[in-house]
Amino acid sequence: MYVAVKGGEKAIDAAHRLLGEERRGDPSVPQLSLLQISEQLGLAVDRVMNEGSLYDRELAALAVQQARGDLIEAIFLARAARTTLARFGYAEPVNTSAMHVRRRVSAAFKDVPGGQILGPTFDYTHRLLDANLDAEPATVADEPVATDIPKVLGLLGSEGLIEEPQHVDRAPGDITQDPATFPMPRDQRLQSLARGDEGFLLSLAYSTQRGYGRTHPFAGEIRLGEVEISFQPEELGFPVVIGEVTLTECEMINQFKGSAEVPPQFTRGYGLGFGQCERKVMAMALVDRSLRAGELGEERVAASQDEEFVISHCDNVQATGFVEHLKLPHYVDFQAELVLLRQLRSEATTMQEAAE
Amino acid sequence: MNAPAYNFAYLNEQTKRMIRRAILKAVAIPGYQVPFAAREMPMPLGWGTGGVQVTAAILTPDDTLKVIDQGADDTTNAVSIRKFFVKTAGIKTTEATEDATIIQTRHRIPEAPLAENQILVFQVPIPEPLRFLEPRETETRKMHALEEYGVMHVKLYEDIARYGEIATTYDYPALVNDRYVFDPSPIPKFDNPKLDNCPALQLFGAGREKRIYAVPPYTRVKSLDFEDYPFTLQSWDKPCEICGSRSSFLDEIVIDDRGGRMFVCSDTDYCAKRQRAA
Repeated sequence: MYVAVKGGEKAIDAAHRLLGEERRGDPSVPQLSLLQISEQLGLAVDRVMNEGSLYDRELAALAVQQARGDLIEAIFLARAARTTLARFGYAEPVNTSAMHVRRRVSAAFKDVPGGQILGPTFDYTHRLLDANLDAEPATVADEPVATDIPKVLGLLGSEGLIEEPQHVDRAPGDITQDPATFPMPRDQRLQSLARGDEGFLLSLAYSTQRGYGRTHPFAGEIRLGEVEISFQPEELGFPVVIGEVTLTECEMINQFKGSAEVPPQFTRGYGLGFGQCERKVMAMALVDRSLRAGELGEERVAASQDEEFVISHCDNVQATGFVEHLKLPHYVDFQAELVLLRQLRSEATTMQEAAE
Repeated sequence: MNAPAYNFAYLNEQTKRMIRRAILKAVAIPGYQVPFAAREMPMPLGWGTGGVQVTAAILTPDDTLKVIDQGADDTTNAVSIRKFFVKTAGIKTTEATEDATIIQTRHRIPEAPLAENQILVFQVPIPEPLRFLEPRETETRKMHALEEYGVMHVKLYEDIARYGEIATTYDYPALVNDRYVFDPSPIPKFDNPKLDNCPALQLFGAGREKRIYAVPPYTRVKSLDFEDYPFTLQSWDKPCEICGSRSSFLDEIVIDDRGGRMFVCSDTDYCAKRQRAA
């Protein structure tokens, strides 16, 4: 008779077996290798590394496979793996000016020192489905593109037309080690945005372009390439290069009317992410600039300018967890509400009858 | 492959120390929400990661763990969390309330009285009792600092004006140690009196919201009310149909599609013990 909640353990085991079977799909179809995923679904792997905050192509590929291609689930797997890793220190700040650039475009100038480099982009492809995806070999230059390509925004800086990049004298915060508090300094805000959901940031960024907190942006520079990671072990006293990572960086140039203290000048919005993630870093740069409304004395009227709103809701691992937790049983609370509702209704009926 | 190797109870020791520091602070300031750098856990945020992190940080190899959800040991999420600790910490588990040294719970406090050697760990979705009256954290922290709880009393008063009584049945706010208004997590208000002067340490972990708070043993916890509208408990017309208890929280089970209902204890261990004793 009383069967409602029994058998949870057996049910879970059976569900997991079924999930495993569905993940594998038809066993007569060969299983994908992790290398195939990271080589051929590279941008999915990049997104998982990015929002999973874990730069490891192999683990990210495994996450994509284990999650059956559900990228938010894969991001979650990457985060859960990341959180267990002991940390042995912080790398030196990366120098994106010294990036080995594979792609670099500026929408603000027709030509810039170092040139416009299209690189591997969907931008000018015709979106026609192509059943013959066999790639023709591309002609690649023998030499890497110059390693020290000057930043476009630096060209404006010399005239004082754009604000100086902000410097902080303290060590940057770390949102993975310290709890977030509001108001939040920009370094921590950028960390939150860097691991924030691409779709959420994209839509927020889009809203700023449609009048909800306009920022008048120009894509000053977008670059993609490899940068070296240096680390200074305490016992060594000088930094050593320990590897390189692929990064995408976006520096937006935004109009600023000026204020009582500051003459009119361009301001900056910044985006940076692992791998190739142009849409993400462009959206991030727009939202970053929007969130600076308070600091720049602009009136805060839109969601994209509201730090607590944006930062508290941009993390898709948090968001998916809490939305989906509604699947968990709530019958104790529901029962408490049932009891109250019945009581209120019976009181209402009694009062009605008394009135009649 | 760089597959990670896991520490006892999953979290690395650095993280456990950080959580323990937050717990110590929480115990020192009863009812105060201590921010802590919650980690991602291998279960979804909003599914008990705060409680899981607190449990992982206080768990020792000698502990005996009980996990309940909706009062029951065999609901799927309770099973899943219990299995997680068996797998990552290899500790003993139990369904008997009195045999557990740590009880992790979602939405209930066991019916059986707790003892001094026990710790009750609550899973908390929204730790801020003022959140639905004021969405901004910057504001609510200020309100707590200034003990500015008028807005909560106004809310309760408006309930009375509209419904003739305080229409909050779970997540019922209470005052801890005469200082902080706190959210006891979505336990039914039926359980609120058990919070008061409890011999066990009560820890509350909110993972997604990154907060830990505590009610130390033998601390006063007073559910908010008014002199002329005192805090009251919900009651049922019928006893539990399995064990006959008239003093426990009852779940309503729909038994057919013709309006048939039966009422049974939500606390499965309590109910089973009473059946065995009968």
